[in-house]
Amino acid sequence: MTGAPVRTQGPDIQSGTIMDRSRAGRRAFSFPAPDVPEAAVPEEFARRGRPALPEVAERDIVAHYTRLSQMNYGVDTGVYALGSCSMKYNPKIAETVASLPGFQRAHPQQPDHTVQGALELLWRLERALCEVTGMARATLQPPAGACGELTGLLLMRAHHTKQGNARTRVAIPDSSHGTNPASVRLAGYEALHIPSDARGLVDVSALEKLVDEDVAGLMLTNPNTLGLFEEEIEKITSVVHNAGGLVYYDGANLNAILGRCRPGDMGFDIVHINTHKTFATPHGGGGPGAGPVGVTEELVPYLPVPSVERDEATGEFRLSADREDSIGRMHGFHGNFGVLVRAYAYVFLHGSDGLQEVGERAVLNANYLAELVKEAFPLAYPGRPMHEFVATARPLRDRTGIRAMDIAKRVIDLGFHPPTVYFPLVVEESMMVEPTETETRETLDGLAAAMLQAAQEAKTDPDILHQAPVTTPVRRLDEARAARHLKLRWS
Amino acid sequence: MEFPRDLRYTNEHEWARDEGGGRVRVGITDYAQDALGDVVYVDIPELGTAVTAMQPFGEVESTKSVSDVYSPVTGTISERNPLLDERPELVNESPYGDGWLVVAEMSDPSELDSLMDAEAYEAFVSQAETE
Repeated sequence: MTGAPVRTQGPDIQSGTIMDRSRAGRRAFSFPAPDVPEAAVPEEFARRGRPALPEVAERDIVAHYTRLSQMNYGVDTGVYALGSCSMKYNPKIAETVASLPGFQRAHPQQPDHTVQGALELLWRLERALCEVTGMARATLQPPAGACGELTGLLLMRAHHTKQGNARTRVAIPDSSHGTNPASVRLAGYEALHIPSDARGLVDVSALEKLVDEDVAGLMLTNPNTLGLFEEEIEKITSVVHNAGGLVYYDGANLNAILGRCRPGDMGFDIVHINTHKTFATPHGGGGPGAGPVGVTEELVPYLPVPSVERDEATGEFRLSADREDSIGRMHGFHGNFGVLVRAYAYVFLHGSDGLQEVGERAVLNANYLAELVKEAFPLAYPGRPMHEFVATARPLRDRTGIRAMDIAKRVIDLGFHPPTVYFPLVVEESMMVEPTETETRETLDGLAAAMLQAAQEAKTDPDILHQAPVTTPVRRLDEARAARHLKLRWS
Repeated sequence: MEFPRDLRYTNEHEWARDEGGGRVRVGITDYAQDALGDVVYVDIPELGTAVTAMQPFGEVESTKSVSDVYSPVTGTISERNPLLDERPELVNESPYGDGWLVVAEMSDPSELDSLMDAEAYEAFVSQAETE
């Protein structure tokens, strides 16, 4: 059984931050005396005061952060069914591959002939991503999914500008993730909202009315943000194409259809991939990520440079900036290379049959779990979900006053990371659950049992839910106060 | 849940109070604040901003979401609630009182007649609840 509450020993988080361990003059290192003459730092670059950094012994730094990590719950600790986020377990073999010295110690400014292996990996990964998505070429530069979105929209803009009219609006379904409208604005477009129908799918007749010659394109995930497959996808893409627009595939949910069907075959023109969702690279958490973007043949001239090309005669790989209409760079060098190596490892350790099975198991696990909990948490929409499902605690709230947030907090006490709550916004008291493909049946049974126990307690012992969580280092946080009185610095 | 009789209501869950002389005070309803949850930030336009009936003129952000606020009437903003910058929670605590958002000078006072009265709004909310 996964997810037993973590009990830590020793100093806990309440004992203070790393700054509280700071003692003036203490160091985690000692340099030898210099054996070269000291050079003075030019006055204009010299610091006026001491930096506000902790002065701590190495031993204390390690203790502090190890302790914090023990208080955390992560993909290595247990199932993390946070819907929409795809908190996949990251296989350790990908870490091993990424640590190979030839990859880890390569420098991005080395001459091409000294890094043929690294360039070949990028070249092969690009082709694998194109095969999975049905695209012609791809850029590996974007350092995260959101940057992939922006890249895709800039490609869309470049295409329309070349045609003589950049257009002004981009259509987005009302169930979409918040990054979509944000990317649209960043790319200089206005967001045009497309309503969902009673099934939770794009309202095609509304789309037909709203899409005109001023709409640059449509951004869509499929399966969509509610975990439902857009059955009329070919109709949807042709409505947009008929008005001269392009269709952008947000790769957030590509993991559900891996090896089964391809965005390119559905009529999409631009596809971004979240490597952490589809290929189990670590979640960035603000750190390095990768959001490659694939395009159809028509849009290849606008892709960022440099790209990796292979000389057919010699088989040598080289970086090329030969693309006159390119939108330019989206990131320094080649994107986050170490993350791309992990994605490559994942793709090739599974192979095409294995990747298809990844998608199938993700769908099976989500549907198994949905069936187990549906009595207490019915699906928000009638259709069969794919790799994740949106349930609602609305009936429970109406009967007991207990909300999705209370259930989530209680599930923590029962040893599991709770599902996403209150997203997507179009569903009241929503609970979005995505168990991912790696969890065993026993784990899914355990999570379901915890959710059902919480629902039962809502009727018999609601106080337990109001109090929850009680097993964690800190109790229920006052999220409203935290947001109203932002405190973003330690001092 | 409260539905004060002296107010007019929109189907986007704003209320409007006719204060005479073309002035109308605007806020979000008890139902709206309950659905939003704890309000953490209120974004309302500067004085003198022109607003249009049933167009968004501001945003209310809660721990759950960010929602547009629609203007019940067409006109110009003449007052903003100065308390909300420091105490956005007033929207939850007193949606019809200290949690008001703005006062607008209406260009067409008859617009108020097209909004729902308390009875109609209460029925509208109860319909939304059973859906």
